[in-house]
Amino acid sequence: MARKLLLEHINVPDIHTFDVYRQKGGYRAVEKALKTLTPDEVVEEVKKSGLRGRGGAGFPTGMKWSFLAKPEGVARYLVCNADESEPGTFKDRYLMTHIPHALIEGMIVSSFALGAHTSYIYVRGEMMPQIRILEKAIAEAKNAGFLGKNILGTGYDLELYVQPGGGAYICGEETALLESLEGKRGNPRIKPPFPAIAGLYGCPTVVNNVESIAATVPIINDGGDEYAKIGIGRSTGTKLISASGNLVRPGVYEIELGLPVEEFIYSDEWCGGIANGKRLKATVAGGSSVPVLPANLTLKLANGDPRLMSYESLSEGGFATGTMMGSGGFIAFDEDQCIVRNTWNFSRFYHHESCGQCSPCREGTGWMEKVLHRLEYGHGKMSDIDLLVDVSKKIEGNTICPLGDAAAWPVASAIRHFRDEFEWHVKEPVKSLNTNYGLANYAEPIAKAVSTEN
Amino acid sequence: MLKVEEQQPVQFSAALIEKAEEIVKRYPEGKQKSALLPILHEVQAELGWLSPNAMDKIAEFLSIEPIEVYEVASFYSMYFLKPQGKYVLEVCRTGPCCLVGAEKLMDHLEKSLGVKENEVTSDGLFSWRGVECLAACGYGPVLQIGPEYTFYENLNEQKVDDLIQDLRKK
Repeated sequence: MARKLLLEHINVPDIHTFDVYRQKGGYRAVEKALKTLTPDEVVEEVKKSGLRGRGGAGFPTGMKWSFLAKPEGVARYLVCNADESEPGTFKDRYLMTHIPHALIEGMIVSSFALGAHTSYIYVRGEMMPQIRILEKAIAEAKNAGFLGKNILGTGYDLELYVQPGGGAYICGEETALLESLEGKRGNPRIKPPFPAIAGLYGCPTVVNNVESIAATVPIINDGGDEYAKIGIGRSTGTKLISASGNLVRPGVYEIELGLPVEEFIYSDEWCGGIANGKRLKATVAGGSSVPVLPANLTLKLANGDPRLMSYESLSEGGFATGTMMGSGGFIAFDEDQCIVRNTWNFSRFYHHESCGQCSPCREGTGWMEKVLHRLEYGHGKMSDIDLLVDVSKKIEGNTICPLGDAAAWPVASAIRHFRDEFEWHVKEPVKSLNTNYGLANYAEPIAKAVSTEN
Repeated sequence: MLKVEEQQPVQFSAALIEKAEEIVKRYPEGKQKSALLPILHEVQAELGWLSPNAMDKIAEFLSIEPIEVYEVASFYSMYFLKPQGKYVLEVCRTGPCCLVGAEKLMDHLEKSLGVKENEVTSDGLFSWRGVECLAACGYGPVLQIGPEYTFYENLNEQKVDDLIQDLRKK
């Protein structure tokens, strides 16, 4: 069995309660950090661990913490990003539902490290059941003396609150999240200034993903060096992967980074293969925003070596032949799925979720949705395919926040790898309404040169 | 159709006001506007939707301008600016759920309730709509019902029919 750090006790009955969590060694990290370490030493351990942000960007967490400004007499904030909305990603919901105290414990340790005395967990509003679970867990922790004034007699004070969102994907972007937490529309801010300098209420703020914060618990318990031994290269530790789509066993899995993708999909320890005896056609490896890959490039790098579940291996080959780890939202498509339809679906999502501040994203996502709708429903023209590439390129890099890129990449990558399927939709408008292009050569050993658009 | 007079005066219950006062205390002094999103949820849970009068009352409570409430309520997808059915069935319509049959499920819902997306059944009990990713992709198709956003996973047509029957009996 693979090593588990976050989900080790997931099957223990009532692990969501304070008492059981504590019996299983919970809150040791709080005791260790508050009683034996200085805040800077906690930051140092997280730096040594090599932990990279689990929300999608993969930025080293310890480094992010070390950027936090510490002006005298100004409050500092830690805000947990639990606005999990990236299609394909549902690990944070799982963690908060089953082991809420892992997040609370991580929040206390992290807040201590950053010198924050009020911290917020911003949870997407649709996760009302998880909000109730967290509120209960916070009350239990407070009752046991792990939150509130003078925690464990160390003189450290911390209040922790849960904030519901209102249903907006964009609030997963950290500055939009802060705007939303201030009671405004979720419009991302222009950076700089970065939140580390001017974040919530203009004060220095760190925003971290649920999983990143929970990961600080094993890092403090075992030490950053121990954590860094797990994984592969600069992809240290374990990662929660949300597996969905046409798999035998979709669900949330904690993997050691470096696991071969093929093993993750087909091994009975993990997803157990493709459902209903079908064959794999394509995957989106890190949540809807990352490039879609055909089956052959999912399992192998362009040079034929196995692809691994790690930040480096998933992005090996750049966008020509690779993808990204993203938030770990692993979506598998079987041979019956239509790439054009799915790309249209994702484009509709980004159009719906664009905040509307930047014209390239506000207008461009809508154009892409319309053109893809046309292709999917048999009214497409051959020139539409290049039009899509053109629009996607004019969104990418031209917006305040990464939503523009996130909208552009799925479209560009779908055309890069599945252009013949798009062309088939144009050539066979009637047939494509009733049948699908099928597996074609997408699972064949990589023989054909991978096309890159210029 | 529901007959709700939009300009009907709005009354918040004592429990709601107490809750709102507790929420405001979570933020530093002068930052009470942060309470806006949570309070909008509380008001919607009590009244079923956010009428202009309800939003004006929230603005007054938080000492902010009414426009600051309108612009927020209209930005976020969870807030209803029109009356809805007593139960709003919100089905995830994003990619991963569609891989496992969400679109068929929505077609079925439209047929069994006899109303189109965002319409209310004649008895005022139900409305439904497709919503974007609910972060439960491994358990699709999924739907949720507010105000507590109770979650229903791994759905099929039969399970949806049973759910509708159960809700009718309530």
